[in-house]
Amino acid sequence: MTPVTVNGSEQIAAAFERAAAEDRAALIVYLTACFPDPATSRACFEAAVEAGADILEIGVPFSDPMMDGPIIQQANQHVLDAGTSVGEQLDLVRSLGHLDVPKLVMTYVTIADTRGYASFADELADAGLAGVILPDLPVPEADAWLAEARRRDLATVFLASSISSDERLDAIGQASSGWVYATGLLGVTGVKSIAGDITRDLVGRVRARTDLPVAVGIGVKDRASAAEVATYADGVIVGSSIVSAAADGDPAGAPARVAALVRELREGVAANR
Amino acid sequence: MSMTETPASSVAPSVDERADDVVRDGYFGRFGGQYVPESLSGALAQLVDAWADAQADPAFEAELDDLRRNYGGRPTPLYRASRLSEEAGVEVWLKREDLAHTGSHKLNNVVGQALLTRRMGKPRVIAETGAGQHGVATATAAALFGLDCTVYMGAEDVRRQRLNVVRMQLLGTEVVPVDSGTRTLKDAINEAMRDWVSNVDDTHYLIGSAMGPHPFPTIVRELQKIISVESTQQFTDQVGGRPDAVIACVGGGSNAIGSFAEWIGIDGVKLIGVEAAGEGVGSGRSAATISEGREAVLHGSRSIVLVNDDGQVKPAHSVSAGLDYPGVGPEHAWLASTGRGIYVSATDADALHGFRRTCELEGIIPALEPAHAVGWLLRHGCDELGEGAKIVLTMSGRGDKDVDEVVEVAGWDVGVAKAFGEDTGAGS
Ligand SMILES: Cc1ncc(COP(=O)(O)O)c(C=O)c1O
Repeated sequence: MTPVTVNGSEQIAAAFERAAAEDRAALIVYLTACFPDPATSRACFEAAVEAGADILEIGVPFSDPMMDGPIIQQANQHVLDAGTSVGEQLDLVRSLGHLDVPKLVMTYVTIADTRGYASFADELADAGLAGVILPDLPVPEADAWLAEARRRDLATVFLASSISSDERLDAIGQASSGWVYATGLLGVTGVKSIAGDITRDLVGRVRARTDLPVAVGIGVKDRASAAEVATYADGVIVGSSIVSAAADGDPAGAPARVAALVRELREGVAANR
Repeated sequence: MSMTETPASSVAPSVDERADDVVRDGYFGRFGGQYVPESLSGALAQLVDAWADAQADPAFEAELDDLRRNYGGRPTPLYRASRLSEEAGVEVWLKREDLAHTGSHKLNNVVGQALLTRRMGKPRVIAETGAGQHGVATATAAALFGLDCTVYMGAEDVRRQRLNVVRMQLLGTEVVPVDSGTRTLKDAINEAMRDWVSNVDDTHYLIGSAMGPHPFPTIVRELQKIISVESTQQFTDQVGGRPDAVIACVGGGSNAIGSFAEWIGIDGVKLIGVEAAGEGVGSGRSAATISEGREAVLHGSRSIVLVNDDGQVKPAHSVSAGLDYPGVGPEHAWLASTGRGIYVSATDADALHGFRRTCELEGIIPALEPAHAVGWLLRHGCDELGEGAKIVLTMSGRGDKDVDEVVEVAGWDVGVAKAFGEDTGAGS
């Protein structure tokens, strides 16, 4: 596979189609790049795919992560304290080329902005990434980034919230590529549990506006919550509890702990179909 | 520190054109915007509407005016600081925000936003605070309006501004020390944003400076504009003509934008913002954002930020907790880019000198934040502005909160140990 020339949105669409063909929701796994160290991190991503992750979200740490709760904040800070640069994190991404799943970077707009949108898009595409998620770049501010992302065939996944107006959801449906990320609660990552009815309702509102898959993240932590979300969403995104699995215990055991959790989540996303 | 840029007031749009622009799209030139998670979009839209409503409602302005006068103690005086003038070689007029209720300009903004909170029907406010002055002002308004209040404050600032922590607690506010990141103002803002994202239904984030996502920079400017609404009138009445320069310290930029607002359209008045340079510009321990930063997004708007090449925000440093911030409000970034505003800096040492001389020459104990403006003026005012130039300098707050820190940092022996009968060995 030569990821550089493959259209990111198409890669992502294929991953959702594979899951749907197996009559289950797609499982999207988030881990912080280079956490707790580059070698362990690489092994954790491999273990996650081996255990059934359909898509990887690779967190590029930012000093001021406004959407993240304590678990991901601490992982971010650990990587920054170790002095790892964005370039080294993209080296890690490049070393994951053998994993045949779409990979997206999740980071904050300041990282993209400081490097320049054009060079950031080049760096991501050249590293074999399929797309990007920037939670603090809402659609009305995104034109300049979207032009660069399209130039390099990168998908841009936008977040939708239960408080988004209908007009905003229209715009999110139109601007997104890959999938639409429906947030499962009002809050930051890894603190509260998903708000069931509100999220189901949001997924319905988004579906009415786009043909893209709709995946739910923020607040999904375990087999049960993954199974519940899988009854109404095309994809289930899990982050903080996976980062916890990597963090809690000795680094040597991190890949096995990540794999065990991903296997449970993978059972979850297929359970109620 | 160079003053070679001439103020280009003819280039800048008039205040009115600018206001239209701002309301239309939330930008000042290329700075500003709403770089926030989608989950805040509703609250920001609601705030834009509530602000527009309030401005169209004469009862809002009337209530604000009554509170400013009878609760807040406005108008604050414009005072000719004769002995300081003599030392500086320029004629210094102090705009005495230190005499306003709670001891700083911060109440101007807070009272207005508390009224908006009530109009939006929200029972809870949250705030960030650095020096504690915005936290105290918010706690004060929360008590006055019967609102629940949580204030986030970096753990390092909790230590160095202890008096204000106790004041907030007495006023019934919960103070949450923030231990993440640099444990200062920037991290307190992150934590307040996270609270807001989680509780946006019933909570208003009462941002304390002219920063953050639209419409905050505009709302805060309009609420702080009272400083220059008063000072323009006072200058005409008490002095006549126009000042050569208006000077204010810049943290996020609220007292400065309020001090500048009414002078922006008046030709020949230099607008000088003084940032905190910590151990010096280029030392790596500074908070002089406009001097040393670059264009980037921080805390919801595009402005100038201290970031490294990788896009990570650099830790700021200043002896003053209120200026210890790696960003600056977007309107200042814009004023700097057009040349209408001139942004200079003062080091910790300059500020401590300004602090001490204001105490000794004027009988005013200033906050460390405006002490930076005084420090710059004492060092550079005469050279840069010309002997006898007329200056309006905003004394944005009083320094009670800073006395412990100042004595400790500067190592001054002012007889504290002796007075309290402590045997420190040295100097007593
Ligand atoms: C007295 C005083 N002046 C100035 C500032 C800096 O804030 P701003 O730049 O928003 O005026 C503070 C902030 O805490 C303050 O307490």
